[in-house]
Amino acid sequence: MKILVVDDEADVQPLFIQRFRKEIKNGEFEFSFALSGEEALTYLQAAHSEIVLILSDINMPGMSGIELLSRIRHQYEVPPPVVMMVTAYGDEENRRQAIDNGADDFLTKPLDFNLLKEKLKTLHR
Amino acid sequence: MDFFYFLASFLLLRRLIKAIKFSVVYPKWRNLLNISSWGILLIYIFCTNSLDDTASDLIGSLVLLGLLYYIHKEEDFQSQRPYLAANLPLVAMGFINAFVQLVANDFYHRNNNYFGWATLAAFVWIFGQWASSKKQAEELRISAERRAELESLVKERTGELSQQKDELLETVKELKSTQAQLIQSEKMASLGELTAGIAHEIQNPLNFVNNFSEVSMELLEELKAEVKAGNKEDAIAIAGDLTQNLEKILHHGRRADGIVKGMLQHSRASSGEKEPTDINVLADEYLRLAYHGLRAKDKSFNAELITHFDTTLPKIRMVPQDVGRVLLNLLTNAFYAVQQKRRTAGPDYKPTVTLSTFPSGKGGCRVIVKDNGTGIPENIKQKIMQPFFTTKPTGEGTGLGLSMSYDIIVKAHGGTLSIDTKEGEYSEFTILIP
Repeated sequence: MKILVVDDEADVQPLFIQRFRKEIKNGEFEFSFALSGEEALTYLQAAHSEIVLILSDINMPGMSGIELLSRIRHQYEVPPPVVMMVTAYGDEENRRQAIDNGADDFLTKPLDFNLLKEKLKTLHR
Repeated sequence: MDFFYFLASFLLLRRLIKAIKFSVVYPKWRNLLNISSWGILLIYIFCTNSLDDTASDLIGSLVLLGLLYYIHKEEDFQSQRPYLAANLPLVAMGFINAFVQLVANDFYHRNNNYFGWATLAAFVWIFGQWASSKKQAEELRISAERRAELESLVKERTGELSQQKDELLETVKELKSTQAQLIQSEKMASLGELTAGIAHEIQNPLNFVNNFSEVSMELLEELKAEVKAGNKEDAIAIAGDLTQNLEKILHHGRRADGIVKGMLQHSRASSGEKEPTDINVLADEYLRLAYHGLRAKDKSFNAELITHFDTTLPKIRMVPQDVGRVLLNLLTNAFYAVQQKRRTAGPDYKPTVTLSTFPSGKGGCRVIVKDNGTGIPENIKQKIMQPFFTTKPTGEGTGLGLSMSYDIIVKAHGGTLSIDTKEGEYSEFTILIP
């Protein structure tokens, strides 16, 4: 399963790779990374059919995660990737906005990787 | 003739009594003066009845002269000294009379009238002098009174003025302490704006610290397993990852540390000490804080942040906390302006805040904060630097931000703070620090 992680913090990348090292090793998951919404869109243009799941931060400079979500929902209808939003601001307003724009899930930072792993594995099956 | 000398002596004593009647020395002299004045009358009666004219004249003028000398010498009668001289012509006449009678008695008696008149004139002279000096004294007294009146008036006015001065000084003192309090509360207000940004800024590195620690523990278990299994290469690879993770933990720990230090520095009273400062680092730090501060308040808010930092800039001497406050204020204003515009502008509007640094002159810098927000109407452009002027709703702004920014840049750093704006289009604030 190909997963695109969008976050402006570069250190998210080694973190994911280490957290999911077993899954990556046995070929369960494959991760790609983008540092901004814009970069994510560029990436999707080239390889959107491969990406099954997108994990995006909401609070990023430039294009926000919500905007990225709404673009994805408008541009890539088939096949619709699963989009999970991640944010440090886990308030109702943020959650509502994410769901309204078509997010499949809403996670708050700090990320509970065990929970995330469970969710991803459920999706994978 | 002798009558005049004794009368003059008698009157001199009576006058003396009258003159010192209300002074402190009166009790000391009263009896002596009284007795001697009546004693003089007794001497006169004795002289008139028992002695000839010559002796009487001589004794009379000697008595008067002695009296004058005594009064003149006595400190207690100092105030009477100016009047004594008036008696001298009469004393002189007494001696002349006695002398002429002794030497040329016939001549004296032939011209008795002239000597009599002259003596009388000398006697009258005394009282004439007294009268005129009395008048003079009166005038002196009046002018002294007037002067005293004026002096007391001047004193009163001086008192009023110095009281007013004291009151004004007190007011200035109060104003100064109020100003200090306002500066502090403005600082605290901006700290409040920062809190959310700071919390966000600290949360991120903390998450990394926690996550990398956790994942490292997992890695250590794996490492043990690999070592047990004898997979040396895998073990070394894991150890490499662990080193990397520890570096990340350290990096993010320091990041959080720096943020807390920055926050403390912002809230602390400025030391006012200028120190070489990397304006790019300062600008970046406050840009993040200001952005996340507003972001936390308005969840839907988002803006594109564009930075153009001139990396060739040398360190510039400034008070970093103060310049940081100016940057924070300008950035907060910029975010506020784009946020306001976004409410009315269409979906195509892209809120953008640009922060740029440029070198300026010899070793100085220019920092430009530009936003594509609401801009500033021409009619209030002149007022925005005034203290307490604010366009924000009550309770949202102190109205002190820009006026303090102006003070910090212009007064404390000798720089300039200029505005370029177009209503509805953009605002551009330029800080110049020489």
